[in-house]
Amino acid sequence: MSVFVHRHSRVVIQGFTGQHATFHAEEAMKNGTTIVGGVTPGKGGQEHLGLPVFDTVHQAVEHTGADVAGIFVPPPFAADAIMEALEAGIAVAVVIADGIPVHDMVQVKRYAKDRNAVIIGPNTPGIITPAACKVGIMPSHIYTPGRIGVVSRSGTLNYEAVQQMSELGMGQSTSVGIGGDPVNGTDFVTVLRAFEEDPDTDAVIMIGEIGGQQEVEAARWARDHMKKPVVGFIAGVSAPPGRRMGHAGAIISGQADTANAKMDIMEELGVHVVRNPALIGATAHRVFSWH
Amino acid sequence: MNIHEYQTKELLRGYGVPVPAGRVAHNVDNAATIAEDLGGERWVVKAQIHAGGRGKGGGVKVANSLDEVRRYTNEMIGTHLVTPQTGPAGRLVQRVLVEQASGIEKEFYLGMVIDRASQRITVIASASGGMNIEEVAKTTPERVIRETVDPAVGLMSFQCRKIAAKIGLRGKQISAATKLMLALYRCFRDKDALLVEINPLAQVNGGELIALDAKMTFDGNALYRHSDITELRDFDEEDPKEVEATGHGLNYIALDGNVGCIVNGAGLAMATMDAISFHKGKPANFLDVGGGASPEKVGNAFRIVLADPNVKIILVNIFAGINRCDWIAEGLVQAMRDLSIDVPIVVRLAGTNVELGAPILEQSGFPFIMADNLDDAATRVMATLGASS
Repeated sequence: MSVFVHRHSRVVIQGFTGQHATFHAEEAMKNGTTIVGGVTPGKGGQEHLGLPVFDTVHQAVEHTGADVAGIFVPPPFAADAIMEALEAGIAVAVVIADGIPVHDMVQVKRYAKDRNAVIIGPNTPGIITPAACKVGIMPSHIYTPGRIGVVSRSGTLNYEAVQQMSELGMGQSTSVGIGGDPVNGTDFVTVLRAFEEDPDTDAVIMIGEIGGQQEVEAARWARDHMKKPVVGFIAGVSAPPGRRMGHAGAIISGQADTANAKMDIMEELGVHVVRNPALIGATAHRVFSWH
Repeated sequence: MNIHEYQTKELLRGYGVPVPAGRVAHNVDNAATIAEDLGGERWVVKAQIHAGGRGKGGGVKVANSLDEVRRYTNEMIGTHLVTPQTGPAGRLVQRVLVEQASGIEKEFYLGMVIDRASQRITVIASASGGMNIEEVAKTTPERVIRETVDPAVGLMSFQCRKIAAKIGLRGKQISAATKLMLALYRCFRDKDALLVEINPLAQVNGGELIALDAKMTFDGNALYRHSDITELRDFDEEDPKEVEATGHGLNYIALDGNVGCIVNGAGLAMATMDAISFHKGKPANFLDVGGGASPEKVGNAFRIVLADPNVKIILVNIFAGINRCDWIAEGLVQAMRDLSIDVPIVVRLAGTNVELGAPILEQSGFPFIMADNLDDAATRVMATLGASS
């Protein structure tokens, strides 16, 4: 079945007629994704890539039955677009924008509370269930269908891990980028829970970063609730304290959220920790073949 | 983005947060005039740099006469102030804040932060003021009060009263503290702050509360809607190379090793540094060229990395998603032509258009050291460094 997006997902693209959205929508369709239309306010009634364009997400859902939104609008307008998608009944909203003000995301998360929806991102390459549904900007050709779930904060490090897996013949059930921002839609625990419940996922690779306690909490949750093995890596062992390393979320504020501190705790909690990022695939291969 | 203490205090004063009477001075005469205007018999002279721990470095002095105001200002302006946060080189002091001194009876801590755990704004307060709050949290966690704000309604008065009572305020102080916290929260929200710290929040003159020191950090992603805050940015407080990099759309942080790194994506950039460290190497920098890296951007990345005299080798690690390997390769070749690069360059390309990128490098005639994957790249970096030393 995979998690969050699958072959029956019906995807609407917000900010559809923009250059990036157009390019990535075409790529996704080549990858087998069912895109049913798009939203660009003021361009309702037009056609784009042979698909209908709507003024509002509400109209798009009503006319196409879309249940997944790929949100490609620029950061200043992203919060509004996410809330619009949730209000229209979208079940999974994938937010690509990098640079959404953090106060906006605090509002969005409050809005999403008690609404039965998943927000992936922001600042993410997106989510892909290989050969079935891709909502995002990742290079689809490196992903292959398989039975390992991948969840990461970083985009390019996700590609790195996936490539290492592919070279060893391991495919992905679903790969989820939860994004590099400190306030984000979906945390590691939520994704681990989905993978644990997914009959098509046998094992999970979790790739985190310095800053915060999300990965540690996820490891604790995995110890208490998961039967499937988890391989983990935390980027930023060599990062100096107190400095923001590219991602707004990646700042070391205290002793406990350095990369090594987090990896030590994760290891104690039963995660198979990889210390060398070049060996994520190899470690996964070794660990998962025991099980 | 950070601003100076005097700027934070002016901002907070505008919102109704009580701060000491004071103004910023750029020279000795200026400082004496301000002190005279303020009146009183005691003043505080505070060096204005972005780093904390100024008191420990001699950057905060109490003056008992106008002559002392002059003397302390003279000692501070133009010198490099070293504090536990500046590093050994210190930071050049260009201005001081001159304030009326207050008779401190008690010190508290009050802060607001976007809390990653609750994903909301959290107010942090403590009766242990004037100290490092991280230290207080470590040694006496029960003395750190936390109150999370529901974004639907904002900070409520009852929450402020709760906090005030918990840090031991009584009587009229409770309503004064409530007013102060609500004002601080309004400023925090209005200006898209990530952090505000009042440390200490002092009790003076028989019970009055006043923000003796104030520090504020703003969300760089929200500056587009705050031209007033953007104007307060002080480029002298930032690493010039990092400022230049930002101007080119690059994210650069200088480190103290000798392996220059040019990578796309923050996570992969960190992982690349980690892979080098794993092989006992030392990265010279963090550099993320970001998505949509044009040949010009790659060239600028080289210029910035090479400006560091410690760099003995450069590792280029690109996993192209929205980037294209052929563009990156063209940028690399162009950089080799334009810049006199005399350090070895290890290149690892993967992802979109890698089949077009690799031949461009191979046919360029430049001695790029090609790596197949991340481990191979780190290994080749170390082998090359070992061979040349």
